[in-house]
Formats: sequence, C-alpha cells, structure tokens
Amino acid sequence: MSLHPILAALRKHKAGVVLIALQIALTLAIVCNAVFIIYSRVEKVNRPTGIDESNLLLITEQWVGAPSMDTPAGVQQLDSMLRQDLDTLRRMPDVTSATTITSLPLLNSSWVGGIALKPGAQTPGKNDVQTAMYFGDEQMVGTLGLQIVEGRNFNASEIANKGMRDQREPPIVIITQDLAKRLFPNDSAVGKVVYFDGGNTPSTIIGVVKRMQTPAVGWGDRFTWYSTLMPFRINASFARYAVRTRPGRLDAVARSVAGTLYASNRLRVIDEDDGVKRFSDIRAEAYRADIGMAVLMGVVCLILLAVTAAGIVGLTSFWVGQRHRQIGVRRALGARKIDILHYFQLENLMIAGAGAVVGIVLALGLNRLLMSKFEMESLPVYYVVLGLLMVMLLGQIAVFVPARRASNVPPVVATRSV
Amino acid sequence: MLGYYLDLAVRSLKRNKVLTALMIVTLALGIGASITTLTVLKLLSGDPLPGKSGQLFYARVDPNPLEGYVPGQTKPDSIMTYTDAMNLLHAHRATRQAAMALIDAKIDARQPNEHPYFADGVMTTSEFFALFNAPFQYGGGWTADDDEGRATLVVIAGFLNDKLFGGANSVGRIIRIDDRDFRIVGVLKHWAPQPRFYATDLGGRDYGDGDAVFMPLKTARSLDKGPQDTECFGPVTDLKDLETAPCEWLGFWVQLDDRAAVASYRAFLDGYARQQAALGRFKRSETSLLDLMSWLSDQQVVPNDAKLQTYLAFGFLLICIVNTVGLLLAKCLRRSREIGVRRALGATRRDIFAQFMVEAAIIGVAGGVLGLALAELGLWGVRHQPAEYAGLAHLDVQMFFFTFVVALVASLVAGLLPAWRACVVAPAPQLKAA
Repeated sequence: MSLHPILAALRKHKAGVVLIALQIALTLAIVCNAVFIIYSRVEKVNRPTGIDESNLLLITEQWVGAPSMDTPAGVQQLDSMLRQDLDTLRRMPDVTSATTITSLPLLNSSWVGGIALKPGAQTPGKNDVQTAMYFGDEQMVGTLGLQIVEGRNFNASEIANKGMRDQREPPIVIITQDLAKRLFPNDSAVGKVVYFDGGNTPSTIIGVVKRMQTPAVGWGDRFTWYSTLMPFRINASFARYAVRTRPGRLDAVARSVAGTLYASNRLRVIDEDDGVKRFSDIRAEAYRADIGMAVLMGVVCLILLAVTAAGIVGLTSFWVGQRHRQIGVRRALGARKIDILHYFQLENLMIAGAGAVVGIVLALGLNRLLMSKFEMESLPVYYVVLGLLMVMLLGQIAVFVPARRASNVPPVVATRSV
Repeated sequence: MLGYYLDLAVRSLKRNKVLTALMIVTLALGIGASITTLTVLKLLSGDPLPGKSGQLFYARVDPNPLEGYVPGQTKPDSIMTYTDAMNLLHAHRATRQAAMALIDAKIDARQPNEHPYFADGVMTTSEFFALFNAPFQYGGGWTADDDEGRATLVVIAGFLNDKLFGGANSVGRIIRIDDRDFRIVGVLKHWAPQPRFYATDLGGRDYGDGDAVFMPLKTARSLDKGPQDTECFGPVTDLKDLETAPCEWLGFWVQLDDRAAVASYRAFLDGYARQQAALGRFKRSETSLLDLMSWLSDQQVVPNDAKLQTYLAFGFLLICIVNTVGLLLAKCLRRSREIGVRRALGATRRDIFAQFMVEAAIIGVAGGVLGLALAELGLWGVRHQPAEYAGLAHLDVQMFFFTFVVALVASLVAGLLPAWRACVVAPAPQLKAA
C-alpha cells in the first residue's frame, strides 16, 4: 500500500495529527520514567537483609527504678537483670534462640562509627569507611540466621558486658563480607587487626558473615552492607532482645512474651505499640514510602494510558466521520473492507511512530532532568524500546473500533450528496 | 449575549454526551491528581510559623578539626557544643535566644497499676516559648533563674494535660517524669508546627503531634538525660559529661527583629568564631545564620518523593489538557455547518471565538467540580497512608479556589486552538450543499 495518499490526507488535518502525536510522545516519556521508578523501588524493597527474617521478634523494654549504668556496681546489677531476661526468654517453649542486641537491619536506629587499619589516625565518624555496629552475645549469629563464610562465631566465654557509655573497644569482632573485601581486597580478613573510632585498641577479626544490612533507612547508602558484630552485652536503662521462634509460633510468642517478662521482673516498661515487634513490621515501616511511591506511579501510568487511548479513539472517530464520503468513494471504486481497515491502521501507525520518536527524545530528556534533581539512575535502553512497542500497540488497539466502523461504510454513500 | 452562548454551548454538549463526558472526566482526572499532590507538597513545605518565621534564625558554628575542611565550601554541622551554646546564650546579643535538644521522657501514669509510657520532649532554656510564640492555655514558662537553679519545673502539651488531668488547670500540680517529681508551670494549647522546624536535625520526626514535655536544659542534664542525636568530633573518654566532651548536640535559635539586627548578629558570630580560634578551640572559621525558611530548604525537609509526585501530576495534567484540546477540536470542527450559518447571519469572528471559549469554560467548571471530588478522594487516600503527615492532608479554602482556577485556566488554554480554528471557517463553502 502506498503511503502517499495517507500522507496527503493527513496534511489536511495537521492540528489533529500533531495533537495525537504529542499525546503519544508525552505518554511515552512519562510512562517510561514512571515504570523505571517503580522497578527501582521494587528492587530496593526486595533486597534481602541477610538475616533470617521470618520467625524473628524484637523486644525493647525500659527498666523502672534501675541502677545507674555509669557505676561499676550498677552495670553489674543491670547485667544480671539482663541475663535473667535472656534465661527467661530461652526457657520459653517456642523460642529456639534469643540474644541481646542493640539494633536490627532497617530499624533506623544505630551506632555508626569508623573502622580503620591503623590506630588513632582518623577522627571518629569522619573516616572513609564507616560501619554500623551490632552488640550482642554468642547467640546473635544463630538467632539472626547469619551465615558464617570464614572464621568462626563468638564463644560464650568471649562475651563481656559494658555500660552503654563505656568506650571500651572489643578485642575480637565479626564483620560482613562486603566490609572485609573493602578493607582487605586481596586477602582473607580473618586474623587481621582493625581499629574503631580512631582509637588505639586493636580488634582482631575472627569471623566473616555473608551479608548483613545496616539499620539505616534512606541514609547511609555508602555503607549499607558494612556491619560489624561486637561481643558485648550492653547494659543501660533499656534492654533489647532478638528472639527466634519455632516456625508458625511467631504470633503466639509475640502475644505472650511481654507477660512472661513482666512475670519474671515487674520493674520494667514494655511499650504497648512498639515494645514487641515482628521483623516483617520493621521491614514494612522502613519501606512504606517506597512502596507507596511505586503504587502511586502504577496507578498514574494506568490512568494515563487509558486517557491517551480515549483521546485517540475520540479523534479518530471524528476523522472517520469527516471522511465518510471519501471512504464511500474508495469502496465504490473497488476497495475491500479490509483495505479500509488497513488504511486507518497504517495511518495510526505512522502518527504513533512519529509521536514515539519524539517521545523517546522526551523520555531521555526527562530522565536526565530527574537524575539531576533526584537520585535516579540512567534509563536503560530496553525500557525505551519496550515503551515504544507498548505505545504503538496502544495506538493500534485504540484505532481498531473507529477503523472497523469506517470499514463498514457502504459504497452507496459515494452516490449520495449529503 | 452570554446567555445565548451558554444556551448554545449546553445544547452542543448535550448533543454528544459521550464526547462531553470523556472531556470532563479527562480534565477532572488531571486536576484531581495535580491538586492532591500539590496539597501534600504545600503541607510539607509550608511555613510552620507564619508571621514569626521572618524573624527566626538558626545559628551554627564549627568546632570540628581541620581534616576534610575546604574553606568557603564546608558548611558547619547543624548542632553545636554545650560550650558554644552557653557562650552565645549568655552573650545575649539577639532579642531572644534559646538552645535546645530532644529527649525521651518516661511519664508515670496517674493510676498506680498502669504502666508508664514514653513521650517526646524538649530540653531547652527559658526563652524558648517567647521565641516561638508558643501559646499557653494555663500558666507560662520558667525563668532564667530557674534555668540556672536547675529547678524541677516542666511545661506540658495540651494533649498530655488532657490525658493526665482531664484538661483541667494543672499548674502547680506534680507530674512524675523519669522517676522524679516535676512541678507543672504551664500547659500549652495545641502547638505542633509542621514541620517541627526547631527540631530539624536534632533527631526525631519532622511532622506529627508535637512534643509532650518541655523542661529546663540544666535540670534535664542533672537527671542524666541524653539528647537524641549526638555527633562527636574528637576522642571521647566519658560520654556522660557531654558538657565538656568534644560533642555537638544542641540547636540554637535566635530572634532578630530587623535587617540591622541580622547584620550585627552575623558580625557577632564571625567575631565569636575568630575569638575561639584565637583561644585555640576552633580550627575553622565558618559560621552560618539562616532564617527559618532558608534553613528548612537547606535541610531539604521536604521529602524528594513529594516533589517527584507533584511533577508527575502536572505532567499528567499536561497530557489531559492536550487530550481535551484534541477532543474540543474534533467537536467544533464537526459543527462547521452551524458556524457557517451563524457567520452568514452576521456573527463576527469574535462572536464565534467567544462562543467556543464559553463552551470550553463550561467544560472547565464541570471538570473542576469533578476534579475537586477526585482530589478529596485522593487526599482521603493520603490520610490513610501510615505517613507522619497523613492526618494533616486536608483541602483548605485556598486550595479549594485554586482548584477552580486551575480547571478554568486549563480548559481555556485547551479551548484556544479549537476556538481559533472554528472562527476562521469561511461561511460560503459551508452553506453550499456539501
């Protein structure tokens, strides 16, 4: 089929052609970027933290009338209360393991410090390599389900306790694989010595775990996978425990654990809303903004596609109406119904094609703008190609009904004068 | 004439109900999306203290060591050390000034067998309330003498007063915080500036219900209460003694009433930094004095996601307008005959133009009404999101009228091309039998 008649006809309706092409271009630009944003957010939200997230509870409680954490006697008293709690928790029938811990991935509350290969050189917190610290006992690795890939876990005898404000550094630590590769790219990290917060105390790395995310949400992207485990029970006016339950018993334990702890020692406060948290809730809270954004983008994309389709249907119907006589003449001269259908489909293909080309340029331009103003990555090429195909398909679907109506115009219309 | 155009417009719209409905719905969708996101953005980036925000300034100095310092580029940290805050406070160079940090307060319930609970609080100095025009329902703040004397006084928020004392005048009564008895000297009326600008970067949420308790800084410290955010820039031997440790944990706000006062305070800050450098305490000479709105902008309090959503919504509105242009064009070109007849009967080009603009305006008003309904729906959806600012997402009077303005402008812009194309239709060819 020759294109010349189609082009000639379109030239008579420049405004309409421009409008459809413009709509397709804008839709392509926005939908490509919106889908990319959705994909990036979904990818971020699905990142595994490295711990075993099912069956994990976090219990946070504050002591009432507790001794001071800054005197040695007070620290020991707090420690014995903490160890009594751990004992109580470990005795619960559905609990497989429990540990004291200061934070969890995605909790958004953490100790962050610098880690270095030399003593005393850098000021704390302003180092090149930062890490989030998790303080716990020998059951921390097991409770969280971390995977040791080199070296070993702490022994019970290696766990000490200290007051929260005690600046003592640990003699041994476990770090994550990403942190090990960062500090020692060519060597095994096990057995090496590191220094924390610009201090002079050497800490030996005794083990490496595969993966553990830091508690940071929305900040700390530079050190998301740099975590350090430290063998200390932290004694303070509050205490935190991570508890791993038997599969399927998470809800039962979550309901009964506060009561069990109160029964063992009444002098405490476990907040009704936040005191006992399932890890799935921690994860949902951490990522709720991202999920909200993805959903919003999805809804807008769908509505946008519907609006564009409706516009194409409307405008094409109008053209068909205007060219009633011409269609009749063509049919009278021997064109089949399918020829008329193909004519309108091809016409739409050409307009959509022109619009899509402009749309690709707009999509890339919009992507650059978003990259400069917000933290976005560069749009991969296949998105643009997929967007192009989708928009062309959309045009074809939208034009089908008006084109069918056009093809049903009887040849006798050519003979009528109205 | 307007009545005639309205009549014509309504008739023509009724003639093709599907197309009319399509146009109105399209426009309404675009408007609904734009107004929803714009309302949320306005909520997040609005002025938390209109009327006073122009006089409030946030001061910053930089006690950090030289490492990583690029003169002229490195900005001071957002919090300062105790020494600096007290020096600036006692210099009293501004009309009012206050140092503050955020705390967690454990409040004992009044009934003996109820568990205590935790609330957000602020530890600050006496001028805090006058500085921010915090409204009192009962009583007032404490004095500078109370600050120095570490008096166990507290100001509580209205919602806490409602919870503990049923909303009665509780001035003079005792409230037990962190196992210590505090005497209430004042109860605030509902005061929750959005965002909680005085606590930006002190830790804690930017939007929400407001703080529950306010206590004198020295009193809180004497009870060993720590701030929620501490940044240390040197080796720390004893974190308990935050007053002397090389750690930053206080925010410092001042009230400056005119431009001369601002200039003189800025000079004072620079002089202070130089003096501290001469004493060997400071290595960097950067200071900063930003007014409230600039400070919020500097801290990028408005989440990027909110801005992204607003841009998306306006892009969506643009597509909806283009769509409406196309549909309006289709509609009015279909009536070339009618236009030809009107022109032959003596209507000028301007009359035809006006007729079609009126038609577009009607679409705009209808689209605005529907768009308003959709925006309310959208905001209802936002209110049910578990975000910090969710409960505040409401359409206020200003946004209500703005919706109609946007709808009308959008439809009139959309109507320009079709109206112009209609008015250039030559009457003669249309009158001949087509």
